[in-house]
Amino acid sequence: MAVELRHITKRFPGVIANKDVSMSVETGTVHALVGENGAGKSTVMKILYGMQRPDSGEILINGKAVHFKNPNDAIDASIGMVHQHFMLADNFTVLENIILGSEPKHGVTIDFVAARKKIAEMSAAYGLEIDPDILVEELGVGARQRVEILKVLYRGARILIFDEPTAVLVPQEVDDLFNALEGLRAEGMAIIFISHKLDEVLRVADDVTVVRQGSTVAEVKSKDITARQLAELMVGSELPQPSTHGVTRRDQVALALKDVSIPTSTGSRDLISHITFNLHAGEVVGIAGVEGNGQAELVEAILGLREYTGSISFNGESIDHLSVAHRHDLGIGFIPEDRQRQALMMNSPLWENRILGHQRSKPVMRGFVLDKKATIADTARIMEEFDVRAPGPQTLATALSGGNQQKFIVGREMSKAPALLVAAHPTRGVDVGAQGAIWEELRRAREKGMAIVLISADLEELIGMSDRLLVMLRGVVTAELDPAKTTPEQLGSAMTGAV
Amino acid sequence: MKKLKLSAILLALAAPFAAAVVSIIISSLAVLATHKSPMDAYKTMWDFGTTQSSLMQMLNTATPYYIAAIAIAITFRAGLFNIGVEGQLRLGALFGAYIGAMFVLPPVLHILIIMVVAMTIGGLWASIAGYLKVKRGVSEVISTIMLNSLAGGLSSYLLANRFMDRTTNSNNMSTKTLPTSGQFPGLMPLLNKLGIKDKPGGGVYGMLIIAIILGVAFWFVVNRTRFGFELRATGANPIAARVSGVNSKRMTFIALAASGAVAGLAGLPAVLGDTHAFNMGFRTGIGFSAIAVALLGRNNAVGMAISALLFGFLEVSSRALELIDIAPETYVIMQGSILLSSVIAYEVVRRYKITLQSKELAKAVGA
Repeated sequence: MAVELRHITKRFPGVIANKDVSMSVETGTVHALVGENGAGKSTVMKILYGMQRPDSGEILINGKAVHFKNPNDAIDASIGMVHQHFMLADNFTVLENIILGSEPKHGVTIDFVAARKKIAEMSAAYGLEIDPDILVEELGVGARQRVEILKVLYRGARILIFDEPTAVLVPQEVDDLFNALEGLRAEGMAIIFISHKLDEVLRVADDVTVVRQGSTVAEVKSKDITARQLAELMVGSELPQPSTHGVTRRDQVALALKDVSIPTSTGSRDLISHITFNLHAGEVVGIAGVEGNGQAELVEAILGLREYTGSISFNGESIDHLSVAHRHDLGIGFIPEDRQRQALMMNSPLWENRILGHQRSKPVMRGFVLDKKATIADTARIMEEFDVRAPGPQTLATALSGGNQQKFIVGREMSKAPALLVAAHPTRGVDVGAQGAIWEELRRAREKGMAIVLISADLEELIGMSDRLLVMLRGVVTAELDPAKTTPEQLGSAMTGAV
Repeated sequence: MKKLKLSAILLALAAPFAAAVVSIIISSLAVLATHKSPMDAYKTMWDFGTTQSSLMQMLNTATPYYIAAIAIAITFRAGLFNIGVEGQLRLGALFGAYIGAMFVLPPVLHILIIMVVAMTIGGLWASIAGYLKVKRGVSEVISTIMLNSLAGGLSSYLLANRFMDRTTNSNNMSTKTLPTSGQFPGLMPLLNKLGIKDKPGGGVYGMLIIAIILGVAFWFVVNRTRFGFELRATGANPIAARVSGVNSKRMTFIALAASGAVAGLAGLPAVLGDTHAFNMGFRTGIGFSAIAVALLGRNNAVGMAISALLFGFLEVSSRALELIDIAPETYVIMQGSILLSSVIAYEVVRRYKITLQSKELAKAVGA
């Protein structure tokens, strides 16, 4: 057994603690460590690499208990880490980067001949081909990663930790990396592979350890499990599905856009051009498109944040001359794409954030005076109903995780039961649990007759949640699709204008 | 829950306490550097500063500081910085004194009119910066600094060439003396009733009452009204404020204009309560010291009151340092070190609080 972690526990502020984490990695295998963002994967690895010390539990390397005080101790115990963000000196050659910090000496001078020989041997043995004399700044991402791996091997590592190594690679480079991992495994290395891309995990790993909320929940052979089962282990429940049931569309037109355009001041192509569509109550219209094709501008026009030509009406009345505040008050809710920038005061308590966007109506206001007590009570209600996990309404927004911030924002916008909800990337960057909860809220709102404009980069979300899909390309609606008859592939090619 | 409250109180006290300790150390070193005993210096200041007439002077010094600090805090809360308070209060006081001396009205009304004039002038002067910011994107920091220079020159010109009272043969250039109805009576009669005796060199400006009213109004408007919330939201996150329906340009303009209007009052305590005219002896630097007062008081109504009193106390009591041959300007070092160490201490405590909250959160969410 190359590495054994037994009942590791670690608490620290802001992050979910590691609680009773155990895993064992055999020599000559690739062992994947998977889990959602914030599940505690990185903490486990930092402990193994000596960057953090566990509060309790023990680490065994090749059967012997070790106590690392810093990464140097871990390196001495033949552990190496390939970081997600490379740590290379751009203006050094590959060779210089590899030996940097552990140069072979020849008296007082560096023994480049010996270094070159050793690197050549390693490259050949593990299939990590690279020209040692090229400057690192001239290398692509995949080659840089090879340099990082060689650097670690050069220091004698037999246990290699890869932290999300494929996050920065294109598919071709991923294949190269996996070939190299094969070579390392064949040479009897133990490899720990951290990832949340489950198909890759199943492709490369022999064993998989799943962590959830800081604890290991399963240790399985990759050949005995499917990606879907793995995902459900990660989330701890069945995966949520973006879907809606039946038709809840009503006769009333909630939102009508007619020839809406946003010209640029420079006179070049309109940011959005002649957008026309009707949205009924109880209907979800999905706006698909590669980012930067006018979706954000369309949202801003509907909310009144940007000037436009053409006309927009809400529940049959023109709102073209109404301010942002007035449109809010008529019943237009907004879940913005960048919650920290557009929807929260990060250094203010949640109850003050409850007021934002609702400062003109009950329960926040009593006359023209803020009703602090009612606001705090209502904030507590939102936290309860929408499962916002935080100590209380006095907690600062910045202390919450992204998913909880988003659930709070959704709860806040739903509080006034808007007739129209503009939801821009409502589940972006949130964990699977929050994603399911947000989809459920949107479904419920739709059934109650809310009209929803949904903008998303997640094609499955768009197809699953929408009653109708509009594809935007260069500021123009280029296609209208029926989500029931559209696959993600078809939608993807429509977005790039391929069809 | 009880324990939490206690630790919250301790945490709130930690910053001012740490800041006080550090600033005493720095000031002591400064005194030591001149080969004098810091203990003697503090004792002399305390003995002199706590006499009745010194305390009254402290109040009189603190009153304009407090009003000006409120003016600055209005902009700080909105994420803006009005450095132009000095110019706004100067012009406000000049026009208030000049126009106020033109007529005789029933007492209270007369004073109110003078205050309205001063506020209008201060507000208009600050509105120039507001207009430039909203329409032209000019940084209000730059424009208010430049407007200070203009206000200094303009007020000297107006006083010397237009507003000077030529009926008296004094060397001191001054506007015409305000009629009694335009003079704000001091608080001595009131204090006499409370058993405080008159002392030479004593007297408390009646504008103190106005300052207190302003403080309460500031607290209420900023913390309890929609306008105040929108002001703070604009300061905390201008983009989110705009998305939430705040007209950010309007808010910027209003904040600067309101700040200028309040600043216009800050020059009046001495004019209405003491000199009864605007003359060459008009105190300079109130608007700048008030920046420090606002920072030290964390833009908070009570905090700024305490820091204005502290600045007043240091300024008045340090006059006694001359008696033991220490430069009275030592108080500037004290003010500076208090400000600096408190800004740092508050930031440290703020970060500690966030860490603490994150821990609580981890406990609530985690295990």
